[in-house]
Amino acid sequence: MWRDSVLVAGKDLRIELRSRVVMHQVVPVAVLVLVLFAFALGPDRAPMAHAAPGLFWVAVLFASVLAVQRSFALEAPDGARDGLRLSGLDPAGVFLGKTAAVALQMVVLEVVLTAGVVVLYGSHIRSYGAIVVAGLAGTAGLAAAGTLYGALAAGLRVRETLLPFLFLPVAAPVLLAGTRAWQAALGIDSGGAGDPWTSLLVVFAVVYLALGVVIFGPLQEAS
Amino acid sequence: MTPKESAAAPWSRRATWIVRGLGIAAAVSLAATIWLGLWVTPPDQVQHNLVRLVYIHPPIAWVALYLAFGVAAASSVLWLWPRTRSRFWDRLAVSAVEVGIVFTALTLVTGSIWGRPTWGLWWTWDARLTSTALLLVLLLGYMAVRRVPADPDSRARRSAVVALVAAVDVPIVHFSVDWWHTLHQGATVLNANLSPTIHGSMAWTLLLGFVAFTLLFAWMLAIRYRVEVLSELLDDSELDVALHERWAEGTAPVTEPDGALAGSGRHP
Repeated sequence: MWRDSVLVAGKDLRIELRSRVVMHQVVPVAVLVLVLFAFALGPDRAPMAHAAPGLFWVAVLFASVLAVQRSFALEAPDGARDGLRLSGLDPAGVFLGKTAAVALQMVVLEVVLTAGVVVLYGSHIRSYGAIVVAGLAGTAGLAAAGTLYGALAAGLRVRETLLPFLFLPVAAPVLLAGTRAWQAALGIDSGGAGDPWTSLLVVFAVVYLALGVVIFGPLQEAS
Repeated sequence: MTPKESAAAPWSRRATWIVRGLGIAAAVSLAATIWLGLWVTPPDQVQHNLVRLVYIHPPIAWVALYLAFGVAAASSVLWLWPRTRSRFWDRLAVSAVEVGIVFTALTLVTGSIWGRPTWGLWWTWDARLTSTALLLVLLLGYMAVRRVPADPDSRARRSAVVALVAAVDVPIVHFSVDWWHTLHQGATVLNANLSPTIHGSMAWTLLLGFVAFTLLFAWMLAIRYRVEVLSELLDDSELDVALHERWAEGTAPVTEPDGALAGSGRHP
């Protein structure tokens, strides 16, 4: 399972390194979203700095939809999906590999977005450790849930519209918990510590990783 | 049995009677709940006549959030489990989700009607309201997957996975929004020590409300299941009709004597 997941993740990342679609299209879109939020909230820095954690996670959520769509668009042409299914790789390994590839790309995106939040909204990071842990846990959860739904929608004619509809409500707890954890880490008054929220992110990630490992096999047969 | 007979009765004669009995029991108990709720029970000291919503709102919420979702999640798991896989579970899941959507929407509407006079707001970002709204979106997502044209097996597989993923999400959503914000009053009857916090005729009416809406749910579930069976039969027969029409097109002689459709080769 682990060897298969490394293979699949390596394949997806190699395609990304050569095509640079996520780097050159998804990351700029996410930064653009930050700029659009600034237009929406006015030129004053105070409301922006206050809303920064939420805006960051909303941008991450939308970008993750794009990253997942890209991850499964890779396999749309030339019957690559059938090839992957017939390759004899462990479905759990395929799931973990695709999740890891999406997560790694999202981490790069989040580093860029964090810099964007600091520069554009004037946020000050109080606790780097908390930000990193919450970011990684949230990303793992988003990537796992996104990959599950991506596989589900892949091959359907309505996949572009179906994926956000299914994925965003399920990802709502990540937005909620991620925002709260970041509010604590950025020193914005949230009426409580960020630790329980970070653990909620970890629980979300573990639950969806486990669910994906169990369910990806039957799901692959459906398409 | 001819297709027409099986269409009229997708289950046995005895099951038809049971469903009919369920329907009658639901109607009678609902009527009794309405009568007790509107005329017999006294108005509340604080909430006055508004308290009468207590006889329908919690029972509807119970049906939506526990029964419908529980049946949908359980039957999806049973479908995914290879040993218990049968189309029965798939049909039951979609029936439960569709009835659940109605009840979840009704939960939000009745709650909103109650919230406006008591809290002064139609909507508030309270924990239970938010998680119920998210649940409604999850159920609608299930129906969206359901509507995608696919062969029955893939469709059942996909929708079972959606139901399972959504079911796993529900407790997480519940806890997260619970920590986030809460304004809603705690559970009235099914509280931790199982001692109702309301008294006398009101408690009995509320209990009857729970029974009535549970019966109504069971009846609607059975009827919706029947609709699902019938629509599957209709799909099959439509396919047959289309096939026969196409065959007939291929074999039928050209009827128009000199129509544009007739090939020139046929007229020497």
